[in-house]
Amino acid sequence: MSDMHPDQTIALQASGVASVQPVARRVPVIPGTKDDGTLTEDPALRAPLVLGERSFDDVTNIVCGYAEAPIPKIWLTAFTITSSIAALGTGMILYLIITGVGVWGLNNQVDWAWDITNFVFWIGIGHAGTLISAILCLLKQNWRTAVNRAAEAMTIFAVICAGIFPGIHIGRVWFAWFLAPVPNANGIWPNFRSPLLWDVFAVSTYATVSLLFWYMGMIPDVATLRDRASLRLHKGVSRGFKMPMPLGDGLPLHFMPKPDQIRVLIYGIMALGWRFSSRHWHRYEKAYLMLAGISTPLVLSVHSIVSFDFATSIIPGWHTTIFPPYFVAGAVFGGFAMVLWLLIPLRMFLPNFSDLLTLRHLENMAKILLLTGTMVGFAYSMEFFIAWYGANEFEFAAFANNRVNPAKAPYWWAYWTMIICNVLFPQLFWFRKMRQNPLVIWIVASAVTVGMWFERFVIIVTSIHRAFLPGEWQMFFPTWVDILTFVGSCGIFLTLFLLFLKFLPIFALSEVKIVMPQSHTDDHH
Amino acid sequence: MDMKNLINDAKALGADYFPMFLRKPAPKFVTESGNPVFGIVAEFDETPKVFKAAKKVRDAGYSKWDVHTPFPIHDMEEAMGIKTTKLPLMAGGAAVTGLCIAILLQWGTTDWLYPTVVQGKPFDAWQPFVPVMFELAVLLTAFMCIFGMLALNGLPRFHHPLFSHERFCRVGNDRFFIAIEATDPNFDPEKTKALLEEIGGTDITLIEDVS
Repeated sequence: MSDMHPDQTIALQASGVASVQPVARRVPVIPGTKDDGTLTEDPALRAPLVLGERSFDDVTNIVCGYAEAPIPKIWLTAFTITSSIAALGTGMILYLIITGVGVWGLNNQVDWAWDITNFVFWIGIGHAGTLISAILCLLKQNWRTAVNRAAEAMTIFAVICAGIFPGIHIGRVWFAWFLAPVPNANGIWPNFRSPLLWDVFAVSTYATVSLLFWYMGMIPDVATLRDRASLRLHKGVSRGFKMPMPLGDGLPLHFMPKPDQIRVLIYGIMALGWRFSSRHWHRYEKAYLMLAGISTPLVLSVHSIVSFDFATSIIPGWHTTIFPPYFVAGAVFGGFAMVLWLLIPLRMFLPNFSDLLTLRHLENMAKILLLTGTMVGFAYSMEFFIAWYGANEFEFAAFANNRVNPAKAPYWWAYWTMIICNVLFPQLFWFRKMRQNPLVIWIVASAVTVGMWFERFVIIVTSIHRAFLPGEWQMFFPTWVDILTFVGSCGIFLTLFLLFLKFLPIFALSEVKIVMPQSHTDDHH
Repeated sequence: MDMKNLINDAKALGADYFPMFLRKPAPKFVTESGNPVFGIVAEFDETPKVFKAAKKVRDAGYSKWDVHTPFPIHDMEEAMGIKTTKLPLMAGGAAVTGLCIAILLQWGTTDWLYPTVVQGKPFDAWQPFVPVMFELAVLLTAFMCIFGMLALNGLPRFHHPLFSHERFCRVGNDRFFIAIEATDPNFDPEKTKALLEEIGGTDITLIEDVS
């Protein structure tokens, strides 16, 4: 390719015509070692954030290559499965709306069960993205650049999944507008003194701000994708449209526009005409910093307010002041677990991914899991201690007889699943070897995800299935609709995440470039 | 003050806020094909080079020019002599607006429009209104941060003369550009080009404004 004009080589590489993935490393991996050179313990050395001494061009090719390459078979397979599950979930929601909430296993005593469990589970997962973008940005943690885009995307999708459940659990869905701050037919306004209404404001604000934050971060990267597609169209190296097929090559469809033409149009609109001007960057960075500043208290407020839904009631097991910090720590914990659970497999499937998301990044996140897991464990024990120390027999019974004691509590297995997954599993990360092994991290992340679902189940169901009078005691059993709605919400989440992986820049390209040594303005680098 | 002055003042005010309705002045420089000149663009391939070059363009006294870089370069504001943005002030205003909306919405509806006592919570308790006040203030600040930033940047603007320059397609990748606009009072096709050459720019190109 040496006799070609450099631009044409770039255009060919960018179009995927010339196979450039994986983009060659200048510093090869040391054969026979698992260490990628980022796990140094020497505080005087800064671990590189991008491996292989890549140039800006290499990084652009790597990241844009994911969105520009033809659809891989493995993506298509995964997408088929997840979108089928998502369709199943949508079917369950429709069935619920048509038939009524009776299709769930709710009863007079347990009137919040899987629906609100799923809501809190998803909204908790949706905390990692903004935490990584906002708090780690304010703390100047440069390593966040490798994970923030994917984590923010995951946040949006988790909040979408969370938003489904409060909407449909109210029964008559067509009255969901009662949540909005407008008067009803009798001129009565919603009750602003209720935490359920605060929740509406908190979650909708959080969803909006996270979406805007994510989108704003993506504007320059989408503009890069636009410019590359435009360059390929100019050079005449764009591929024709090929319908992906389950077996063999794609089916060429000549009447369809070329993918690059579609890209120029859609990325062009999304990029809003961004032209990488320094005057624009100046305001952009200021806006980003301010958004990070206001998102930090926002993240903390959202799950605090979610916890008010429980804490302001007088039900034993809910009525505790530790709930806001306990919920926030749990949300960060569950969110980071989900980020790791999603990103670690990608290191295997996507070329060069592990050079942008290094073992160091994983280790840092494993440390956050250890920290937040221990905080959650502290909250569990403190809750129990106060239930005993406070000498309120109902509250003590809510813990001892309804949760912990296998001889008395029917839901003891849920409680102990939660303890093992959330408190014991992360303790593995005290050992260096454990937190530096992606497989171990992935297993712990899976356990934490399961454990965090059970935490919400324990808080919600075990607290209300036995109220003050034994005559009211009832068990909760999920129906097939309950189960499939939850499975369906996982399908919706994964489908959206797969779409993001294929069609949007999955690394914050301009931010990754800032942390590369070539971005410094002094000569000696 | 007579009528004429008032009208002129109104026009000046209008020009500040609605520049798109003004007739453009005749272009100072026109190419052979009759299109007005947008400006001259020079390309750089390394961060330190473009950073030093930007300082020199600033010192040469240009005001209508820009540096296009794939990522925000640290201290570039200073190197270019950009004044700090008033975006934080605007965002503060938005926060106060959000707070006021929340206060009006909550007190107005529950204490004045349709006073209701729910769960025995007293009318004069302000504590339950704090969460919504906070959330609305944050929401409006976020709107101002993003939409205010875009508005100050003049975006969305889907066409720009620079996009007609093919090499400019690499600005999102690894190339740096300095563009000096023809509307700058110091602009001169020959002298500006010489300056860009002197500060180390390559592929210096005259960009036409064909829109």
